[in-house]
Amino acid sequence: MILSEEIKKSLLAAVWFMFLTFPIMVIRVNTVQNIVEWRWKNMLLVGIAGFFGSFLGRSFFRQKEKGEKKADPNTISVAALVQKITGNQRLSRLALAVIAGFVISFPFAFSLYQINIMISALIYVMLGLGLNIVVGLAGLLDLGYVAFYAVGAYAYALLNHHFGIGFWTALPIGAVIGAFFGILLGYPVLRLRGDYLAIVTMGFGEIIRLILENWNAFSRGPSGIAHIPRPALFGWEMSLEMSTKYIYFLMIGMVLFTIFVVNRLQHSRIGRAWIALREDEIACQAMGIDKAKTKLTAFALGATWAGMGGVIFAAKTTFINPASFTIWESVIILCIVVLGGMGSIVGVVSGALVLILLPEYLRAFSEYRMLVFGVILVVMMIFRPGGIIPDVRRTYQFRKEEH
Amino acid sequence: MEPILAVKNLSMNFGGLRALDRLDLDVNQGEIVALIGPNGAGKTTFFNCITGIYTPTEGDILITPPRNSVQRINGLKPNTITELGMARTFQNIRLFPKMTVLENVMIGRHCRLSAGILGAVFQGKKVRKEEERAVTDSYAVLEKIGLAQFVNDLAMNLPYGAQRRLEIARALATEPFLLLLDEPAAGMNPQETQELNELIVRIRDTEKISILLIEHDMKLVMSLSDRIFVMDYGKKIAQGAPREIKSNPVVIKAYLGEEFHA
Ligand SMILES: Nc1ncnc2c1ncn2[C@@H]1O[C@H](COP(=O)(O)OP(=O)(O)OP(=O)(O)O)[C@@H](O)[C@H]1O
Ligand SMILES: [Mg+2]
Repeated sequence: MILSEEIKKSLLAAVWFMFLTFPIMVIRVNTVQNIVEWRWKNMLLVGIAGFFGSFLGRSFFRQKEKGEKKADPNTISVAALVQKITGNQRLSRLALAVIAGFVISFPFAFSLYQINIMISALIYVMLGLGLNIVVGLAGLLDLGYVAFYAVGAYAYALLNHHFGIGFWTALPIGAVIGAFFGILLGYPVLRLRGDYLAIVTMGFGEIIRLILENWNAFSRGPSGIAHIPRPALFGWEMSLEMSTKYIYFLMIGMVLFTIFVVNRLQHSRIGRAWIALREDEIACQAMGIDKAKTKLTAFALGATWAGMGGVIFAAKTTFINPASFTIWESVIILCIVVLGGMGSIVGVVSGALVLILLPEYLRAFSEYRMLVFGVILVVMMIFRPGGIIPDVRRTYQFRKEEH
Repeated sequence: MEPILAVKNLSMNFGGLRALDRLDLDVNQGEIVALIGPNGAGKTTFFNCITGIYTPTEGDILITPPRNSVQRINGLKPNTITELGMARTFQNIRLFPKMTVLENVMIGRHCRLSAGILGAVFQGKKVRKEEERAVTDSYAVLEKIGLAQFVNDLAMNLPYGAQRRLEIARALATEPFLLLLDEPAAGMNPQETQELNELIVRIRDTEKISILLIEHDMKLVMSLSDRIFVMDYGKKIAQGAPREIKSNPVVIKAYLGEEFHA
């Protein structure tokens, strides 16, 4: 009964899809020979794909509905697993040891190519954690985050070019300049929320990129800046391999530092204020929290990480140009935060690793990256609206013994 | 003695609509004062004006915090006014739904704490002490208000009456000298209203906090208040002790068509 119904609906969907894709999939005008090709085979393929896609999707949804009705105890959710591991001391120590072992042995076990991919993934981890402050904690939808990344990268490149400033000096400078630009953006958008904020920040990101692209005298335009030195280690001359490994460990250190700081911030007076701001802006102010100050700290602290990420990015690639800082970067970083789990540190880390490493290893699909991102986002929002590892906030618990 | 809150000639225009029209109102130390009036009279607008959410078009709002001199607070930001010692609740409950009851109250403590970014990152001894104090102080407030049993629950999971009381607890945590309650009894059953009545009196008597409340429940207003102000269409139409208000023909006329019984 239900099956025949499903088949009927799926058939309908298939026909509908064939009709929709008819103009692009079937008809092809060959402009050279001036003839029209009819590719009926494509139509058949679309029909079959549509039918099975729809059929599978439907059964999936039905199962999900069933699952929601009576929460299936057999399905182990990732979040529960993570909680179980972090809850149990022995398990969590073991997990930490395994992760640490992997992290340390990674550069010695894998090729240079792999290490480089891992480094960019780690940079995205850092960016994701930074954006998480703005989007996940303070609830401010920022689509121009890449601007601060660009600012950091260009700060190092230009400071080095003009004044010969080295990586280690540029890193804190990048952080400060990032924070400064964060406030610069934050100030005019203090009154904006939600979609409006997203649009304005997106514009800000594009403005920065356009400036870098067109102000040749300042940034050398689209041709970018080359010969940016890699990070130095007490003036040692390092081979490419050595220096890549060095950057790898530097990045591991930076990520740990970021996690430490973000975690502390999250569970502090300021972190509480961010969450309250996200929950209800008016009540938040009425309870004595300075909205402007709280928002600006969120923007500034988020941008700090992007600024430092930019410096490291410039040092890693030794060449930067505006093409590395398009709106898509912002979107990817936002995807990392949303997919990983807004407000959740473990979630953002795994989100970054999944979203950056997967496309690298699935080179065959790299052209469809955005498409795959889109599909994953939609599917995730349906099945796991909280992200891969949703935020299980460590709330302030009151225990009587504390007296 | 100076009134702790003195509002003079306050007007608020929304475009062409005059929501408050040259309103005068004052609250003395230790008083429970009620502000009543038919729906749309402008009571909530009045609260929004004196707590900095709106900037009034005209008039003066003067406060005299204990051990302090008179201060004009027109146009100050809401958080500054809260810091000066006026805390409020909202007619349509505005808790932080996804924070726990304890955290909601801790947000109220925010303006009395001082840890900054560096403090949060390094968590030195002073900051840790401060956080511990914030937790125990917040818990103490919850105990006073009778919400201790819910301490670790999410605010959104609280029963309605408890949510209303949590708003009061959160406001109390800011250590106000004047508490502004916007329809605290709305949606409460008679027993909850009775408890609220006792709670408000207790806050005034033991915490020495003065109270200005907006309320439609006339029984509660009449039994609680020392003085009552009545508004209609943004204007003050009467003021006085409960007994005088009850028999005031102007007030009865303003409430005509609505229930006015006490
Ligand atoms: N932000 C605003 N913009 C325009 N008009 C407003 C605004 N806020 C309130 N008003 C208008 O001001 C008048 C007074 O509203 P207010 O909410 O203060 O009434 P109230 O006395 O609190 O009523 P109630 O008892 O129903 O809560 C109403 O006519 C309302 O429509
Ligand atoms: Mg009202």
